[in-house]
Amino acid sequence: MKNDERVKEYVNVTVKFKKDGAMVPVDIEWENGTVYTVDKVLDVRQAASLKAGGCGIRYLCKIMGADTYIFFEEDKWFVERKVSCAEDS
Amino acid sequence: MDTIILHADLNSFYASVECLYDPVIRDLPVAVCGSVVNRHGIVLAKNAYAKKVGIQTGEAVWQARKKVANLVVVEPHYDRYLRFGNMAREIYNSYSQQVEPFGMDEAWIDISAPGRTIEDGARIADEIRRRIKFELGITVSIGVSFNKVFAKLGSDMKKPDAITVISNDNYKKLVWPLAVSELLYVGWSTTKKFYNWDINTIGDLANADSRFLQDRLGKVGPILQQYARGYDYSPVEDLGHESVIKSIGNSTTPPKDICSYDEIKLTAYVLSESVARRLREHGLKGKTVQVHIRDSELSCYERQAQLKDYTNISSEIADKAMSLVKANYFFQTPMRSFGIRVCDLSSAEGPLQISVFKEDNRRFRLMDLETSIDSIRKRYGPYAVQRAVLLKKREFGDLGDTTEALMRKVSFNTGENR
Repeated sequence: MKNDERVKEYVNVTVKFKKDGAMVPVDIEWENGTVYTVDKVLDVRQAASLKAGGCGIRYLCKIMGADTYIFFEEDKWFVERKVSCAEDS
Repeated sequence: MDTIILHADLNSFYASVECLYDPVIRDLPVAVCGSVVNRHGIVLAKNAYAKKVGIQTGEAVWQARKKVANLVVVEPHYDRYLRFGNMAREIYNSYSQQVEPFGMDEAWIDISAPGRTIEDGARIADEIRRRIKFELGITVSIGVSFNKVFAKLGSDMKKPDAITVISNDNYKKLVWPLAVSELLYVGWSTTKKFYNWDINTIGDLANADSRFLQDRLGKVGPILQQYARGYDYSPVEDLGHESVIKSIGNSTTPPKDICSYDEIKLTAYVLSESVARRLREHGLKGKTVQVHIRDSELSCYERQAQLKDYTNISSEIADKAMSLVKANYFFQTPMRSFGIRVCDLSSAEGPLQISVFKEDNRRFRLMDLETSIDSIRKRYGPYAVQRAVLLKKREFGDLGDTTEALMRKVSFNTGENR
């Protein structure tokens, strides 16, 4: 259960703006400086993040083979960071 | 075509938004309260856990804390509530352009369409309920009915996160057993009268003698009875994103009680400037000034007077407010809070009756001056330009978050303030 605990983590995101105005996240910079490339955006929709506490446009992305949610809330990007992961790093 | 109206009510709105943003407090009793330091420390909203232990909206923080030791007290974030209110409205608007907001957290939605039945209405309501939960992370309760009054009753019957359908077939069973006080527009004093006449439920009201009601309550009596019988034909007003504003006002509880006219005057200037600025923002002027006074024993009253001309000039509003105070308040007890409201509004763009005397030039200059001050403050912050008197007593000059200000809207069919 504890493994599922998440916190809201604002991150730097490189975004590609398409001609129609749509935004596509290209890569995400984690707080330790590591940059992860977004392999594919699988789904985009308005959603709340109950785990991290927030609400915005939710991008379901494939990053290093794993499905990850990135949220665009007002004018910032955040991820639902696993608490245990952060403690390990 | 059947009329199908939804009334959506975001459950424990302020508290739900706060709980969304702080998952740690979600399973604890939470109360959203004004700042204790600035003496705005009353409960503005509470979540279901706090409600269960008897925390009430409007009570002081210290009273609430006495009821439950682990009460989580959070300060309000009005910008967030505004954003969530707008997001909810966007969802409603995707089903109908006829959406009438009732405050930040409630709205009527007319989803009538040819061939659409009340069962279809319930399905749409359920979709809205699910979307609000998924997209906003908070819950809504929705009443589905054939008129606004019953739709509103429905949204109160099952909560949180629920749908209640009040149809032509079941309203007698669902609505009539409810206490008469549950009906919209039956306030505390009307309820007391009804109880004296042995009218205890909405059903009692529906079946009472109309002439008796007319004799005792005037024209309101039969209107309320019609509501109880389900005959409410008022339309859902398509007010767009901004409701029609009936009055604009601000009130404040300064960090210490007000004990002299000089102190009231300072407060009156601060409040009037804020009210005048917001009148200008909305392109409005008003002709009636109301003051709201609450003393240290918490008894409160309002007084109002008319101005000679429509205005949005702060000094004219402040002067009228001061003359009302001086005529009605004599410091038998110190003043705890003070509010100024301008109503009887009209568009600032409309035609103007210009006086033959020169005083109008002065008024035009004052209007220009205040508009310039608005833009300076917008660019350089609220304290960039201030009246010199306010520098002496800063505590009276700080109104806190201006979004706390009251903006009253026309309620749905009486044209009265809510």
